Amino acid sequence: MELGLFIVLALVAMASAIAVIIQRNPVYSALYLILTFLSLAGLYLQLQAQFIAAIQVIVYAGAIMVLFLFVIMLLDLRKEEQRAVKGGYQLLIGLLLAAILLGELGLVFGGGVLKGVPGEFSPEKVSALGNTQVVGRLLFTDFLLPFELTSVILLVAIVGAIVLAKRRLD
Amino acid sequence: MPIEYLPILALIVLAVLFALGTLLMSSIFGPKRPTPEKLSPYECGITPVGTARERFSVKFYLIAMLFIVFDIEIVFLYPWAVVFRQLRLFGLIEMAIFILILCIGLCYAWKKGGLEWE
Repeated sequence: MELGLFIVLALVAMASAIAVIIQRNPVYSALYLILTFLSLAGLYLQLQAQFIAAIQVIVYAGAIMVLFLFVIMLLDLRKEEQRAVKGGYQLLIGLLLAAILLGELGLVFGGGVLKGVPGEFSPEKVSALGNTQVVGRLLFTDFLLPFELTSVILLVAIVGAIVLAKRRLD
Repeated sequence: MPIEYLPILALIVLAVLFALGTLLMSSIFGPKRPTPEKLSPYECGITPVGTARERFSVKFYLIAMLFIVFDIEIVFLYPWAVVFRQLRLFGLIEMAIFILILCIGLCYAWKKGGLEWE
């Protein structure tokens, strides 16, 4: 059951990710990206990370996708849709780089370069205590400073957006 | 994955099946006698001009940007609300500082007219 669900979610995630780059219509690509995000949320649930799964749906499939859609609507993409996929040397370089990336990933994850050290919070302990509770307690005690700094980063984002969008062209 | 997510999975499967089933049924049983009026997006009203894929104003983007920032602020409120009783006054103060810094941003956006739709 568990393995079957993982295979289904992983296949949906990969198929929709491939559809994102194959689609010529950028709006369809964005919709496939939502499917990718949702299946990733399912994978997070399987990893006992319920909080991250909820955030994945709320922030990525919700807010970030709205931003993507507005960028797509902002740009004039009709010419892009009509253009055929270029073959030749671009495709060759792309495939080569993809192969190199695959090799690197295989080396890092398969070759045992990254050996995760089991921390204090094992999946069993986290699911016993409650995922969100553990995240909250750590975030608001041990990681207090990064949490408060996040608000400053968000403030910078607000100011940046206002300055860029409200600039008078004169 | 815990067994308590099974109802959610069942709901998703049912929703997909219902949507696909409805589309399939209407394509099988629905009569198809198209006329130019029926195929136009709106049967009555003004004839559509141009395409729907026009370029949109940057104003939408600004709203989306501000939405993301405050959405992420809300995301931090969920785990805070869960452990609020354990954190007591300390938690209240640290969240007050967090909200206050973001309130400065809100005031700035408000003052600069970022919330206006000119």
